Amino acid sequence: MTQAATTDTNERQLTYREAIIEAMAEEMRLDETVILIGEDVGPSGGIFKCSEGLFDEFGHHRVIDAPISEAGYIGLSVGAAMTGLRPIAELMFGDFSLLTMDQLVNQAAKIRYMTGGQCQVNLTVRMTMGAGRSSAAQHSQSLHALFAHIPGLKVAVPSCPYDAKGLLKAAIRDDNPVLVFEDKMMYNDVAHVPDHDYVVDLGTAAVRRAGSDVTLVGTSSMVGVALEAADELAALGIEAEVVDPRTLFPLDIDALVDSVRKTGYAVIIDEGVQRYGATGEIAATLQEQAFDYLDGPVLRIGAADVPIPFSPVLEMPTIPDTARVVEAVQSQRRR
Amino acid sequence: MYRKMVEIRKFEEHVWDVYTRGWMPGLAHLYIGEEAVAAGACSTLRDDDYITSTHRGHGHCLAKGARLEPMMAEIMGKEAGYCRGKGGSMHIADMSVGNLGANGIVGGGFGIATGAALSAKTRSTDQVAVCFFGDGAANQGVFMETANMASVWNLPVIYLCENNQYGEHTPFQAVTGVDEIADRAHGFGMEGTRVDGSDALAVHDVVRHAVERAREGGGPTLVEALTYRFRGHHVGDAAPYRTKEELEWWMSNRDPIELLGREMRRRRIATQAQLDEVQTEAETAVVAAVEFARQAPYPEPEQAFEDIYSE
Repeated sequence: MTQAATTDTNERQLTYREAIIEAMAEEMRLDETVILIGEDVGPSGGIFKCSEGLFDEFGHHRVIDAPISEAGYIGLSVGAAMTGLRPIAELMFGDFSLLTMDQLVNQAAKIRYMTGGQCQVNLTVRMTMGAGRSSAAQHSQSLHALFAHIPGLKVAVPSCPYDAKGLLKAAIRDDNPVLVFEDKMMYNDVAHVPDHDYVVDLGTAAVRRAGSDVTLVGTSSMVGVALEAADELAALGIEAEVVDPRTLFPLDIDALVDSVRKTGYAVIIDEGVQRYGATGEIAATLQEQAFDYLDGPVLRIGAADVPIPFSPVLEMPTIPDTARVVEAVQSQRRR
Repeated sequence: MYRKMVEIRKFEEHVWDVYTRGWMPGLAHLYIGEEAVAAGACSTLRDDDYITSTHRGHGHCLAKGARLEPMMAEIMGKEAGYCRGKGGSMHIADMSVGNLGANGIVGGGFGIATGAALSAKTRSTDQVAVCFFGDGAANQGVFMETANMASVWNLPVIYLCENNQYGEHTPFQAVTGVDEIADRAHGFGMEGTRVDGSDALAVHDVVRHAVERAREGGGPTLVEALTYRFRGHHVGDAAPYRTKEELEWWMSNRDPIELLGREMRRRRIATQAQLDEVQTEAETAVVAAVEFARQAPYPEPEQAFEDIYSE
């Protein structure tokens, strides 16, 4: 476990977006087999400006504008990864990953295994997640749990600029298919990011706030929600510990159990739809491995059981928020 | 080429035998009748060139250099198999000779082969990739996506459609909007050719031309080889959806081994006795491979939990 990145303003500050660009640029400088492929990743720098400057530095052979053919270019990336390149593929919206399921689930995840370990698929797929922009049901989903379900894949959910760089660099260097989910609501978040070469190991949770009364497990932007809730709970005399798993697979379950052993309570917050989701998996694993330390049921807070609506008035109630976390923690203690 | 085709035929006949005796689990999709396509195409390739194969892939694997023993061992689920028993008949791969794997998903090779071609081009090698696929896969959407990218980026890939005229049980004409799949090449912006897939020499010539052009930076080609499978979709499929007359016509007129043998005799490249000897040698080798595979141990059950991730 590591502590949260400091917010000391004397240190270099980067946005989450800049951290991603820096991670890719550093890895592309270190390893000439690293390429970036995706829609509009070239001269335009991407719809979310997450590849700005890379085309100018690395050229069209390594920063490749793909046609709007998600299944096709993810498929190409799998084949390229098997034959000496180390591709980073970008899916503009995580929703579009659903067009690539055969390539990611039937091919990338299984080829190493099916061939008895003859090859590796060192592929990184970056995609967005998260609602809150009035983008409606096909541009707002958080589908990370879908992929965490698949043996052969790894799933990272960076929650801050420091991790956006460190986890992405780890993903690129990993010899397996790693899916990195970037919450598009965090692209402008600013925090300290070291300018040196570092990685955040996949499968290493971080304690974002220490506390003794309840463990809040938050993923991606829900770490921020958990931290806000922790402040409100502190005012009520409840000290929450906020733990960020950073990757859903591998999952640093030991870190979560360690925290629950201390606090006796756990609430899991994740922006994926709650049913059959990441919250359920983590909750079930905690009750299996930390049952003796629990003083109350593990509670789940995920996105509501609906497609994401368009109008902000409709959209916001479907996303987990601070009030729901505070209420859950209080209800847990009343039982 | 003749030797390779005979080897494939004998191998498949023994797979049928092994299957019906219950010595192998799962499914077996036999390549009998289509041997000229794999042998003709792969005879134009180097070891470091790539292929992707299909569920009906034994012929491609053997033609690209797979050895009989680990092939048969894999089919029987043994540790000595190419995939150590984890892939079976539909997933045989041999990276050491550029075989990126057979694929259980119809059209599963399009992305991988085209990606291998992108890789070759990006790494500035002169390797090429051949993507074997069937008339069924020609109707998968990812074909359009990947062929378009190969065309726009001028990638060294040959899309080799083995049109055996049936996608599982359905005649290809019933589900395909063009008479010749090769015609789709124009829509992709690449060259397209149909070739007699029962004629190994014709396949060799057409693919050699495409490979040479790809190697020299001339981009992708779509080749459609018209062929016919002499057996059902898989062992156990009696293929009632085809007429007996049709099957008999293809078997008596378009047997690729028979045709090539006749041509070799006509050109006085080989005598019937020499061809018979090739048949005998192949039979002996395949029988030995079956015996090897039967004797080979199964993997330890714990191995089910290995090779999921690269450490």
